Parts: sequence; C-alpha cells; structure tokens
Amino acid sequence: MNNNFIIESSPHLHHPDSTSRIMLDVIIALIPAGIWGVVVFGIKALVVIAVSIIGAVLGEYIMCKVFKKFTLADYSAVLTGLLVGYNMPPAVPLFIPFLASLFAMLVVKWAFGGLGCNWMNPALGGRLFVFFSWTSYMTKWSAPCTNFATIDAVGGASPLGFVKTGMMDFTGSVSGPIEYMKQAGYEVGYMDLFLGNISGCIGEVSALLLILGGIYLLYRKVITWEIPGAYLLTFAVFTWVFGGLKFTHSLFTGDVLFNLLSGGLMLGAIYMATDMVTTPLSSKGQIIFGIGCGFLTFLIRFYGSFPEGVSLAIVLMNMAVPLIDRFSKTRVFGVEPVKKGAKK
Amino acid sequence: MVNGMKTFSKGGVHPAGHKELSNAIAIRNAEVKGTLIFPMSMHIGAPAECLVQVGDEVNEGMLIGKAAGFISANIYCSVKGVVKEIKDIYLASGMKTKAVVVETAEDFKPGEVKFEPSDWEKLTPKEIVDKIAAAGIVGLGGATFPVNVKYSIPPDSKVDALVINGVECEPYLTADHRLMLEKTEQLFTGMRIIAKAINAPKIFVGIEANKPDAIQKMTEFAEKNGGDIEIVPLQLKYPQGDEKQLLKAVIDKEIPSGKLPIAIGAVVSNVGTVNAVYEAVALGKPLYERVVTVTGGGIKNPGNYLVKVGTKVGDLVEQCGGFTDDAVKLIMGGPMMGFTFSDLDTPVIKGTSGILVLSAKEAKKGQRTACLQCGRCLKACPIGLQPTKLFKKINSGKYADALKLNLMDCKECGCCAFVCPANIPLVQGFRLGKRMAPKPPKKG
Repeated sequence: MNNNFIIESSPHLHHPDSTSRIMLDVIIALIPAGIWGVVVFGIKALVVIAVSIIGAVLGEYIMCKVFKKFTLADYSAVLTGLLVGYNMPPAVPLFIPFLASLFAMLVVKWAFGGLGCNWMNPALGGRLFVFFSWTSYMTKWSAPCTNFATIDAVGGASPLGFVKTGMMDFTGSVSGPIEYMKQAGYEVGYMDLFLGNISGCIGEVSALLLILGGIYLLYRKVITWEIPGAYLLTFAVFTWVFGGLKFTHSLFTGDVLFNLLSGGLMLGAIYMATDMVTTPLSSKGQIIFGIGCGFLTFLIRFYGSFPEGVSLAIVLMNMAVPLIDRFSKTRVFGVEPVKKGAKK
Repeated sequence: MVNGMKTFSKGGVHPAGHKELSNAIAIRNAEVKGTLIFPMSMHIGAPAECLVQVGDEVNEGMLIGKAAGFISANIYCSVKGVVKEIKDIYLASGMKTKAVVVETAEDFKPGEVKFEPSDWEKLTPKEIVDKIAAAGIVGLGGATFPVNVKYSIPPDSKVDALVINGVECEPYLTADHRLMLEKTEQLFTGMRIIAKAINAPKIFVGIEANKPDAIQKMTEFAEKNGGDIEIVPLQLKYPQGDEKQLLKAVIDKEIPSGKLPIAIGAVVSNVGTVNAVYEAVALGKPLYERVVTVTGGGIKNPGNYLVKVGTKVGDLVEQCGGFTDDAVKLIMGGPMMGFTFSDLDTPVIKGTSGILVLSAKEAKKGQRTACLQCGRCLKACPIGLQPTKLFKKINSGKYADALKLNLMDCKECGCCAFVCPANIPLVQGFRLGKRMAPKPPKKG
C-alpha cells in the first residue's frame, strides 16, 4: 500500500526566515527614519523616495523579463530603491533618483547575474553614479523644517559639508567642529545631530531612528554586530586620535560624537555595509570588513576632497570581499591548523 | 550562558522542539498483530545470514539472522509465528535488503518466553562483549553500528571516559527522555556493565536542558548510588547528540577529523543502547524490541511505545489513532536527519527512534531563491565548513575541490539547510557530493 507522502532528503524543518522576510525586515527597520525625512523635508522627500523605488522595481522587472526569472517577490528591488531614495538630497531633480535606481538594478546588480551575484552594493553603486555625474545637484541641501531658521541662514549646508569647506583655509584654533560652526554662525548641537534637526540626505539625518532600526535588525538577527560594531568603533578611534588635529593641533582631541552622528555614517554602517551579498561570509571576515570601512571613511572624510566618505569606503571594501573571504577561513572541527607547505 | 551549563562551541541551531507532544506520555507496549518484517540488514556492516526458510516456525527471541563477519549483527524474531515469505524490501533509508516475513500466531502472547538472567558482576569484560554481540545490539541512537565492535577496545587504546548520550537533540523525539525517567535504575546498571566491558574509569551522562525532570531524576539517583556516574546538564543546541559535539560539550575534547571517539579515549553510547545492553547482559534478553516515539502534527494520538522490531509502521500508526487529514510527510527518525518514506509496510528496525508524521503546516517550505551570501550556514555549521562554497563546487561537478574543502567531515546534521533563508538544499547537495566524489586515500 503506497500513500502520497512527500519523499525528500532531510532536514524536514526549516528556520522561519526567508530571503523575502530578511528584505522586509530591513525595509521595516528603515521606515521610521524615512518618515522623519518626510516630516522635516516635506512631501518632496516622499516623492523622491517613491521615484527611487519605482525606478528600482522597473529595473528589476525589465531584467526579470530579459532573464525570464521572477524575483520581484523577494522585495530586494524595493529595498534597493528605498536606500537610493534615502541617499538623495531632498531637493534633487527627480530624474536623478530614477536614473540612480535604474543604474543600480541594470548595471550594478543584474550585469553580474542578479540577486546574490553582484559584488557592489547596488544602492551605493547607483548613488555614486549620480553623485559623480551630477555633483552639484547631489550636494544642494535643504534645511529641515524643525531647524529652518538656523540652517537656512547658511544656505542649508550640511554640518559635515560646512565644516569641510570652512576648514580648507582655517588656520586658527577651536575646540572642535561644533565650536567652529558656532563661530561661523551655524548653531547646531549634538542633540540636533542625534535627533535629525540638520540638513542632509533624506534618510540619513536622524541617527536616533536609524539606531533604533538597527536594534530591531540585531534583534531579528538580520544583521550581526560584527560589521557595524567594527565599522563604528574603528572610525571612532581614528577620529578621536587624529580627528582633532585641524582644530586644536593636538592628538586625541577629535570630536567623536559629532562625526558619528553626522553624515551618512549610521545609514551606511547599519544598513549598507551590512548588505549580505556584498560582505564577507565569516565573523572574522566581517570584522576585517568593518575595520576597513571605518578606516577608509575616516581617511576620506578628513583627508579626501569630499566631506562624506561612507559610500566610497563601503564600495571600496566591497571590492576586497573575495580577498577577505579567502583569508578568513574558519578552522574545521578536529583539524589542527595546517601550516603552508606542511604535509597533511 | 544558561545557568553555566556546558555545550559545544562551534555552530549549532535551535529548531523548535515540539517535544511536548509526547514527553509526558509514559511508554506503553505496542500491540502485536498480523505480519512482521525482519530485514536481514538493519545495521552498519554485512547483512546477517538468514537462518530460516519459508514455513519454519519461529518464536519470540529466536535467532533468525546470524551475524556474517566481524562488523555485522544477529537478528532475532520478536513474535511467535510462521515464516510466510522471504523477499527483498526497501528500508526507509532507501536501502534494499532481504527480509523475513513472519505471520504472527493466533495464540501468541508477548513475554511468555523466559530468558536466563546472569550475574553480570561475575562476568569478564570479554564475556560481556560476547553477550552483547550475541544479543545483536547496535547503536540505537540511529547509527546502528554494532556495539560489540565499538566495545572491543584495540589493545593500544585506553578508555578514559564512557559518555552516555541522553541528549536526544532531534526535535519531536522523546523515547530516550522517557527511558531515563522510567528505567533509571536499569540504565545505571547498564552503564556500569558497559564501563566494566571497556574498562572505563569514569561515566558521564549528557542530558539537554529541555529535559529538567530527567536531569533531576538521574542526578538524584547518581547521588544516592555512589559517585562514579556524573550527570552533565547541557544547554539546548542541535546537534549536541552527535558524538563529536557531545564529547566537545561534556569532556571538552575534539575528535580529530576522520577518527573515532576512542582516539581521544572516549566511548559514546546512546541511552537506548544502554537499556538494550542491560537487558542483554543482566536479563539475557536479545534485542528485538525498542522504544519508539510516534509523534508529529500528522498523528492523532502521539506517544511513546515499546515496539517489536519488525512491526509495520502502518500498524503502529493505526494504534496511535491513525493519520490526521493534513498528514503529508512520513519520517523514520527525527525531523533533522530522518528519512522520508511512503510505504506503510516499512518495518520498525533496531535504529528506529521515532516515527514522525508532519502535517502540511509543519512541513511547509519556503521558496528557493538565489544565495544571499548571508553566511548563516557558516555560522551554523558545527564542523566549521563553508557550506555555501561547498555547494557551489558540488553544483558545478567539482567533487575533488569539494573534498579539499573537507566535504567528508560533513556529518549531514542539516544545520546549514535549516538556517538557509534562500532555502538552498545544502546538506542534500553534500550527500550527493559524497557519493559522487572520488574516494579519498585511506588516512594513516
């Protein structure tokens, strides 16, 4: 007597997580920061996000048709679009996020075979493409409604950008960036940076909401501590040691809090540097990756010609992932580490 | 972490236990009826040599298959009846074997046959091992390796510890749990018999934290009866019941790759095996019945049963109220490493720790997507392999490359496929890879 029982190889149980659930979790974690962006920058920010998502989904749809696959249901395209939108200044002309998303999908993601095969974070690839193509549009900021008077007075400049430009020919001595900005008539406190009362890209301004989302992702085990931890810690240490040189002309005086809370660091460290596809597999590798990101971000921010270095730092480290994976193998149970050239 | 309990360090997963379905239900005797089927190969090693012919009368506890070679095992009939047929059948694992089909006699009453108890304390180690061999005992945890071979310690090796596996890390299964609760005394005697046979100075029993009543009962019994047996509570983590992980957790030693536990002075036996050893050596009763958990959302009345080896799964399921309407998967063993089958005439064998029937809801699987490189398989693998990389090699037919990535160290516990969010059949691929791979040269 035979019944129609399913015949297949074990295991017969599965962890409840799936690809789409992971993508959805990241989207959920990002939503509060996006809502904040829309609140402070107005409805135009929402339009930018919407156009980015439409561009990404359209790109995915086109490639699904070309490759005869169906991968829209895994939400990865929506997530990429969302991240592209979050990385746009609120007043950007709409063709830019649209092109950034299309570039992210068609070139960065699908040219290498789609989900899981790309070596560069698609959203960052898209952002860098439009950043270097339309730099002036990408660096034109708007003041948030919550702190409009102060920030509009300085042309809406973001704190990082303001300090970078101002410090170019600065020769005096101040205690740090906050003090420097105050002297130049740009009054912003740590609390403004933490809560998001500053100008910047739509999704990056509120460090608080991004961190809360990050805690949710840690709780859901979508991300692990290795990359954000190593990234932020390395960046903080370098900033502390060398970051104050320009202001106070001495070591160990860097303003860690200002640098951690401003720019795209939280968005980058928690949501983009943790993209599974473009980061190392093992814990060890992820720590190396995080340290690299932290160091490069420090270098670009303090010694590069751009005020912000998060995107470039992560993309540069993306390139190093195959190498990191090769050199961060785990030890096999019951096998002593074998020295090179030694007989097995 | 949890109360400072021990566990193994590398990898592991936490599947939902589902043990509550059957862990409070005492072991009952399963009914015997109709035909029973005795495969001549239900152990690792050479199939037993069939001693009966069609028409022969057989009885409970009668030898019907004789061990053929050193690594092989005797097979006993579990009922009184007549040999109706000798034919080839398929086991749940898919293995084909010769089997003796016995029609139970109308007047058969289980337990009528009496065996001759012996005073095991007067036996020499050699005599104990011989009795174990004669009783046809194999590893009842599922590995079904003839234990007399395991207990024949090579002269150049020394046993430091006998580690008893009371972990039962497979979800759903509760047979060992019930044995520890209901046969505590017999198990302690069984452990001492084994310790004497292999000359082990120390005995440990590893039990996972999800069996607090068993930990308590065994600990109390151990305290009352001399200090030679140590109960070691372990943190809940799959696959702690594998001997590599168990020994790492209990005595903090690693079995070298490709070696047996004896390489680090340890011998591991399952609780069910200990019970069988007790019955064989102290009571003189050969192995022809065992405790089986019948459970899962697809079974109407889950429970733990003392089942005669050879009982058809269909008959056993019928006693448990039958299948529910949404039963979709029939598994011999646990959900992480058990085998699916569909033939209800498949017999319960010595290594059957459970019959698990999953409902459609329990067996639900997600959609397979592309690999996200998330690295969860690496973090889950208790051996420290790189499942995603191994899978790519095997998928593209590079079996020799897979061997270099330690494919043969994979013990198919299934942690990688369990955690994979992309639902990639990783361990399933490794099984294929192991079969296809060129045979490695024998190690030292």
